[in-house]
Amino acid sequence: MRSNGPIALLFHTLVVTFVLAPLVLVCLVAFTAQDTLSLPFAGGYGASLRWFKAVFEHPDFLQSFYNSLLLALMSATLSVCIALPAGLALGRYRFPGRDALNGLFLSPLIIPSLVLGVAFMRMFSVMGITGSFFWLVVAHTVVITPYVLRMVLSAVMGIDRSSEQAAQSLGAGPWTVFRRITLPAILPGLSGGWMLAFINSFDELTMSIFVTTPATVTLPVRMYMYATESIDPMMASVSALMILITGGAMLVLDRIYGLDRILIGERV
Amino acid sequence: MSFLKLENLSKRYGDFTAVENLDLTVEKGEFVSLLGPSGCGKTTTLQMIAGFVEASAGRILLNGRDITNEKPNRRGLGIVFQSYALFPHMTVADNVKFGLEMRKVGAAESAERVKQALALVHLDKFGHRYPRELSGGQRQRVALARALVIQPPILLLDEPMSNLDAKLREEMQIELREIQRKVGTTTIMVTHDQSEALSMSDRVVVMEAGHAVQVGKPLETYENPVNAFVSQFVGKANLLPGTVEWVRDDTAGVRVGNHVLEVQGTALAVGEQTTLCIRPEKIECCTEAEEQLGGVVASSFFLGNQWLYRFETDCGDILVILKNNGQTSCQPGQRVSLRWPTSAMRAVEPAPESASLRSAHV
Amino acid sequence: MSDRAASSLKPKRSLPYLLTAPATLLFVTMVLVPLLLTALLALNSYDDSVGIKSTYDLHNYLAIFGDDYYLRIFWRTFWIAGLTTLICVIVGAPEAYVLSRMSRKWRAFFLIVILAPLLVSVVVRAFGWSMLLSADGLINHALQALGMAPVKMLYTSGAIVVALVHVMLPFMVIPVWTALQRLDPTVEHAALSLNASQATVLRRILLPQVAPGVLSGSLIVFGLSASAFAIPGLLGGRRLKMVATTVYDEFLGSLNWPLGASIAIVLLVANLIIMMTYNRILERRYSKTLG
Repeated sequence: MRSNGPIALLFHTLVVTFVLAPLVLVCLVAFTAQDTLSLPFAGGYGASLRWFKAVFEHPDFLQSFYNSLLLALMSATLSVCIALPAGLALGRYRFPGRDALNGLFLSPLIIPSLVLGVAFMRMFSVMGITGSFFWLVVAHTVVITPYVLRMVLSAVMGIDRSSEQAAQSLGAGPWTVFRRITLPAILPGLSGGWMLAFINSFDELTMSIFVTTPATVTLPVRMYMYATESIDPMMASVSALMILITGGAMLVLDRIYGLDRILIGERV
Repeated sequence: MSFLKLENLSKRYGDFTAVENLDLTVEKGEFVSLLGPSGCGKTTTLQMIAGFVEASAGRILLNGRDITNEKPNRRGLGIVFQSYALFPHMTVADNVKFGLEMRKVGAAESAERVKQALALVHLDKFGHRYPRELSGGQRQRVALARALVIQPPILLLDEPMSNLDAKLREEMQIELREIQRKVGTTTIMVTHDQSEALSMSDRVVVMEAGHAVQVGKPLETYENPVNAFVSQFVGKANLLPGTVEWVRDDTAGVRVGNHVLEVQGTALAVGEQTTLCIRPEKIECCTEAEEQLGGVVASSFFLGNQWLYRFETDCGDILVILKNNGQTSCQPGQRVSLRWPTSAMRAVEPAPESASLRSAHV
Repeated sequence: MSDRAASSLKPKRSLPYLLTAPATLLFVTMVLVPLLLTALLALNSYDDSVGIKSTYDLHNYLAIFGDDYYLRIFWRTFWIAGLTTLICVIVGAPEAYVLSRMSRKWRAFFLIVILAPLLVSVVVRAFGWSMLLSADGLINHALQALGMAPVKMLYTSGAIVVALVHVMLPFMVIPVWTALQRLDPTVEHAALSLNASQATVLRRILLPQVAPGVLSGSLIVFGLSASAFAIPGLLGGRRLKMVATTVYDEFLGSLNWPLGASIAIVLLVANLIIMMTYNRILERRYSKTLG
C-alpha cells in the first residue's frame, strides 16, 4: 500500500526521462566535434570543446554574459535591500494598507512578464531612458523582488519572538535586538532569497527582450535572437554553460537554505 | 467460547521484536485494555488485529474465524484512531454514513442508523457540520459514531483520550464506558494511562517489551501485581529489596535494612532474595506505641484531596499517601511513626535486568 | 518591567510605513505607472508616418476583437493553454502521487530532479526541444536510424504543447504535492477499516482532498501557458503565433505600439480574471472543509 507498483514506477521513469531529455541532450551536443547538431562520439567523430571555444571567442556572447552577470548581482542585491525592511514590516506589524501593499509587492507574480516588459518599454520611451543599464537593473529588481519578499516573510514569521523578548528583558535596545537576534535568524532565508533572485534575473527573458537595447542585451535574450536565426551547436554550448551556472547556483542555494524548501516551500 | 482469540501472536522487524508470543482471549461484550509504556507493543498488537500490520507469527481468531491474513478492508472492525482520522471533506453525517455506503445499505436505512448513531454520542444536531468546525471532544465522538454505526463485532480504540485535556478526558471515560455497555460491543482499548485502564476496563493486559506481563481484573491487578514493573506502572509502589530471615507457615519475615518486615501468603524459603512491595495509600500515621517503622519527613506534596509524603527511614525512602481530612499535615523534618496492615504487604519478583527499574523516589 | 521598557516594546506608528517606503516607491513607479501608461497607450492610434498619435479611443480593441487574424490567435492561445493544462494534470498529478509514496531519500532526490529545471532559463529549455524536434534533430535522426521516415514536429502546435508541458509540469507537481503532504494517512486507514476498496479510497477520499491543489496548479499552468513567449517564439515559427509573440511583432516588428499594448492589456485582464476565479472558488468551496 505504501510503495509504488511496477506500472507506477514505469510511468515515473517516463516522466523523469521527459523532464531531463532536452537538458541532458543539450549538454551532450555541446561537446560535438561536428559542424551540425549531433551527439559527440557519433559517426566516428570524437568529442570536442570547439563550440565552447567558439562561445568565448564570440564578442557578442561574452558581452551579454557580463551584462547578465552584473545585472543579476546588482538587481538581486537591490532587491534584498528593498525586500528586507518591507518583509519585516509586513510580517510583524498590523497597519492599515498592509494587505494592499502585500498584494502590490507580489503583483509581478500575477502580471505576465510580457505585459511588464511592454509596460516598461513604454515608460522608458516616454521618460527617454531607453537603453539605460541602471533602469534595466531597476526593471529586473521589480520582477524578482516578489521571490525575495516571500522568503523574507516566511523567515520573519518563523522567528520565535520570545528570543527577541528575552534579549529585550536583558537590556538590549531595538537596533541591537535586530542586529544580534533577528538578523542572524533570518539570514538563511535572506541569503536564499538573494540566490533565488540572482537565478531568476540571470534567466529572465520575456520582459528583458522588450527592455534591452543592443548595448545592454542579456545572455538569454542574445540566445533567443541567435536561436531564431539558426540552430547550431554553439547554442548548445551556451545552453550548457547556462545550465552549469544555474547548477552551481542551485548547489549554493541548497547549502544555505535547502533546494527542496526553495522549490516547494517546505522541507521534504 | 471466546469471541476474540490471539494465539502466539508475534511481530518482528528485523532484529527487533515488537510483540512476542502474545496469547489473549476476549469474551463477547468485554472491555479489555492493553496497558503499557510506549514501545511495549500494545499499539502494534492493535494494528495487527486491525490488519494494518502483518503478523510475523501466530493467529487471530474472530468468533472462530481465522482473520490473520485478511485485508483490513475485509475485517469489518470498528476503529477509533488516535487522531480520529475523520474525512475532512465530508460532513459529520457523511463521515458516519461512509461505512454503511461501503456495505451497500439503502438510503432510508442509512439515514435512520446515522441518526441513531449520532444520538448515541449526543451529536444529533451536528450532522451537517464539517470536522474542521468541531472541538476535539466532538471529533472523537464522531469517530466513535462512525465506528459503531456499522455494528462491528469488535471495537478497537487507539489511545482515544490522549488528545483531550484532563477534565474532558475524565468525562469521556465515563461516557465511553456507558456507551459501550449500552451497545454491548466487545472492545479493545490501547492506553498508556493506568488510571484510564483501571477505571474503564473489565480486564487489563499489562504489557512490557512485547510481552503480556499480567492479565486480570483491574482491582486484582492493582492489589496483586506480579512483579516490580507492574507494581510501579499500575499505581505507585514502595519497593523494598531484602532477604528472607524466617518462615512460619505462609508468613515470612524479610530483613530490609535493620528491620524485619512480615509478608503473608507467599511461598518463600529462608535465605531467598525477594522484593517487598507496599502501596503508599496502605500506610498510615500512628502513635509511637503502634509503630512498625519510624521515618522523618523529607518532602511533602499537596495534591488537593491527598498529601504525598516522602519519608526517610531505615528501610530506605518510603512514599506515603494520606487523605486530606482537614487535620494539620506533617512538616518536613518531623519524625513520624508509620504502620500498615500486614495483609497489605506483597512480595513481588524483582524486575528483570532488561526492564527499567525506577526507584520508589518521586 | 518599568513603563519606559514597556513603551519601547511598541513600535512607532510610522515605522511600518518607513520600512515599506522604498518598496512602495519602487512598485508604484515601476508597476502602477507603467501599467497605467500602457493602458493609455492602448487607446492611442498609430500612423506609419507620424508614429504614436495621442488620440484616445477604443479602436484598437475593436480591431483585435473584430479581426479574424487576431481572433484566431486568441483561440489558438486558448486551446494550446487548455491542452497543456489538461496534459499537465494527467501527468503531473499522478507523478506527485507516485513521488509521495517513495521512501524519503528517493522522494527528495526525484522532487529536485523534476523541479530543478524551473531554475534553468526558458530559452535553454525551448532550445533543447527545438533541437530534439527539428527536421534534422535528434528524434528524427533516431527515427531514420530505425528505418522510418522523418516526421515534421517543429513549427507545429504539437511542438509548442510538448515544450509547454515540459516547462509547466513543475507548476502542477508543486501544489498537488503540497496538498498530498497535508493528508492525514490514518484517514485512508479509517476508510479501509470501513470496508472501502483501494479504488474507492482513491476516488472518495484521496481525490477530493487533492482537488484544490489540482485546481491551483491548473490555473497557474493555464495563465503561464497563455502568456508564454519563448516557446511559441522558437517552436512555433513565423506562422504559428500566440498572444505573446503577436505582441512582440506589433511592438518590435510593425512598431504599432498602441495595437500591441491593447493585446497586452487583454492578456493582463484575462490573467487577473483567472486569479480572481481561483480565489473565489477556493474561498467558497474549500474554506469549510480545509480552512
